[in-house]
Amino acid sequence: MEFTFDLNTIWFILIGVLLAGYGILDGFDLGVGSLHLLTKSDTDRRLLLNSIGPVWDGNEVWLVTGGGALFAAFPDVYATAFSGFYIPFMLLLFMLIFRAVSIEVRSKSEGKRWRANWDRAFSVSSIVISFLIGVAIGNVIIGVPVDRNKEFYGNFIDMLNPYALLVGLTTVAAFMMHGSIYLVMKTEGALQQQVKGWVNNTIIFFVITYVTATMATLIYIPHMVQPFRDHPEFFALAILNMLAIANIPREVNRGKEFLAFLSSSAAILSLMALFAVGLFPNFLISSINPEYSLTIYNAASSQKTLGIMLTMAMIGIPFVLAYTISIYWVFRGKVKLDKMSY
Amino acid sequence: MTTELWARLQFAFTISFHYIYPPLSIGLGVILVIMEGLYLKTGNKMYEVMTKFWVKIFALTFAMGVATGIVMEFEFGTNWAVYSRYVGDIFGSALAAEGIFAFFLESGFLAILLFGWNKVSPKMHFFSTMMVSLGSMMSAVWIVVANSWQQTPAGYRIVVNDGVARAEVTDFWAMVFNPSSIDRLSHTLGGSFLAGAFLVISVSAYYLLKKRHEEIAKAGLKIGLGVATFAALFQLFTGHSSATGVAENQPAKLAAFEAHFDSSAAADLYAFGWVDEENRTVHGLAIPGMLSFLIHGDPKAPIKGLDAFPKDERPPVQFTFQTYHLMVAIGFTLIGLTLISLFLLWRGKLFTTALWLKILVAAVLLPQIANQIGWYTAEVGRQPWIVYGLLKTSDAFSKNVTSEHIIFSLVLFTIIYAGLFVVFLYLLDKKIKHGPDLEAQEFDEAANHRLTV
Repeated sequence: MEFTFDLNTIWFILIGVLLAGYGILDGFDLGVGSLHLLTKSDTDRRLLLNSIGPVWDGNEVWLVTGGGALFAAFPDVYATAFSGFYIPFMLLLFMLIFRAVSIEVRSKSEGKRWRANWDRAFSVSSIVISFLIGVAIGNVIIGVPVDRNKEFYGNFIDMLNPYALLVGLTTVAAFMMHGSIYLVMKTEGALQQQVKGWVNNTIIFFVITYVTATMATLIYIPHMVQPFRDHPEFFALAILNMLAIANIPREVNRGKEFLAFLSSSAAILSLMALFAVGLFPNFLISSINPEYSLTIYNAASSQKTLGIMLTMAMIGIPFVLAYTISIYWVFRGKVKLDKMSY
Repeated sequence: MTTELWARLQFAFTISFHYIYPPLSIGLGVILVIMEGLYLKTGNKMYEVMTKFWVKIFALTFAMGVATGIVMEFEFGTNWAVYSRYVGDIFGSALAAEGIFAFFLESGFLAILLFGWNKVSPKMHFFSTMMVSLGSMMSAVWIVVANSWQQTPAGYRIVVNDGVARAEVTDFWAMVFNPSSIDRLSHTLGGSFLAGAFLVISVSAYYLLKKRHEEIAKAGLKIGLGVATFAALFQLFTGHSSATGVAENQPAKLAAFEAHFDSSAAADLYAFGWVDEENRTVHGLAIPGMLSFLIHGDPKAPIKGLDAFPKDERPPVQFTFQTYHLMVAIGFTLIGLTLISLFLLWRGKLFTTALWLKILVAAVLLPQIANQIGWYTAEVGRQPWIVYGLLKTSDAFSKNVTSEHIIFSLVLFTIIYAGLFVVFLYLLDKKIKHGPDLEAQEFDEAANHRLTV
């Protein structure tokens, strides 16, 4: 792996940052959605929904912007991946639609069945979205049959291979854990006690899936391990990841929920970093012939466009961070229901 | 049906359904700024109640826009992979700019607009409303820039790598301000203001007919009418300017607008008509030489006709002709509706003329129809090109996606969107019937207190 700090590499990192930002931010609200049905009363469900109410839409923008950035910086990756993974991406889109709509309309009518059905739609779509994201990551890790024309003809059944399913399950577990920690911060009283129970269970769920997925990667996916053999310094990421995960139950038990949330954010970030190091400089590894792989060089836009986009990013990112931080600051503290709530 | 046609059908269906909502959000956004501005200026609680009512309707249209918009963002990659590779350098950067400059702005301040009434000061809330409105317009800026580049490419060069051609940016600002960007953006925004304003007009007229919330309905009707009158007249100019631009940059499209076949002849302007493509004539009502006059200032000036283009480079004539003329007819109808309403308002009869109020209730559909078919005119009129003069639509769809794939997703889109539309109409109807929340006044006493202090 040759590493030069050029525009292509910067954009590989920036897209990684956008997708990691998506994982950390939408990750917790997908997790809240996945756990939604575990509460039974209408008030508790509304509290869960409103804990993510002001922020879920902004969180999803990280995915949309990540997709736009991929299109602009690496159009071949965007075109090949999205057309090759046609069926799973369509399912993902349908689920994103269901989820957005169920959050928005669920509390707008009083009917019991209306609310129960939208609750189900919200929770199932949250789980399926998390799962499909993991399945996509799993398939990218294994490699896909990209041909000499930079195309691949995806077969949905092949994409549901055991390794990808395992990564899918790990993603669901990670987001559930992340979401339950977020909920500890946002709730109080009996609901908070209930949520604390979820934290313990989801940590166990996550650690089991994570360890299994890591073993599978070490045994079956040598090309993801090689970069760490060549550059042992990156092993620090794996240690950081373990420490972050280990710190979560510790902070929860000390009652420091925000630190626990930061730890699980760090865990997601370091997982994404491990994934990126293993992949670099490829985006899509060809399982037919390594020469057909789409890399940050053969799939990129022109240097001029990468430069223009970097200027845009430099102007835009400070604003984005400013909005994001202010919104979370304005809506800090325990969630309360009022007239304008969902 | 070929794979290309399925892909086009799917795109047309998903974008048409999506495009019901963003114009409403853009139009309502501007109106919310006016309403909340009036509240801050006058301190009149009526404007506060009114703003909160329209915020709820806005939230509904916004959510539908977001839910159906994500599909559009990824559909270029799933269904139009060849196109995506070809234009990624250019179209992709405009789309990324939309994300970073518009979507973050919009979604961030939307949180305060919807949920922040008691969390921030009234001035800060008003600022958030303005930012949401600005964000929704910024979004239109970048997507219309991207689409305009497809219509009138500029600031690029074609580069061939391994036998595969693609467009690369040479001059970013020339790409952004390509010959049709400004015309098409202003025309799109004008159409959006009309969509939002006529929704407010329609709902207000409905309340006046039902004799409910009359104070709010009268004030709302005036605000809606103000925006609608401005926008309807604005469309006259942007429409004319767009057509002149089309004449210069996309002559085949202009020829299809008026079904003008003969390049050596002056061109007429039809009020309506039916194209007889076989005999290369139009049966209908025309002002002779008027198109020549509008474009060149001379009723005898010849205009490039369809015969100047090989058969396989002409857009579908009948379809383009009909959608174009219906759009223009609706445009003039909207000008008429707003001017007559202003006259009735001046005579003090607007709020009591039941027949006219009924017409205004129904008029909400007109800007929606005009927005849809206006885009059909623009996009079908560009055919057979996906990027005008550079890349044909028939070469642009994903090679690795089969008709079966597309039919599978199209069937699901149809079912899901039909369901969504029912839910949308049900909730819209419910909110309108429920009306402005008068208790909200008491509920937010704390916030009002801060304002008056």
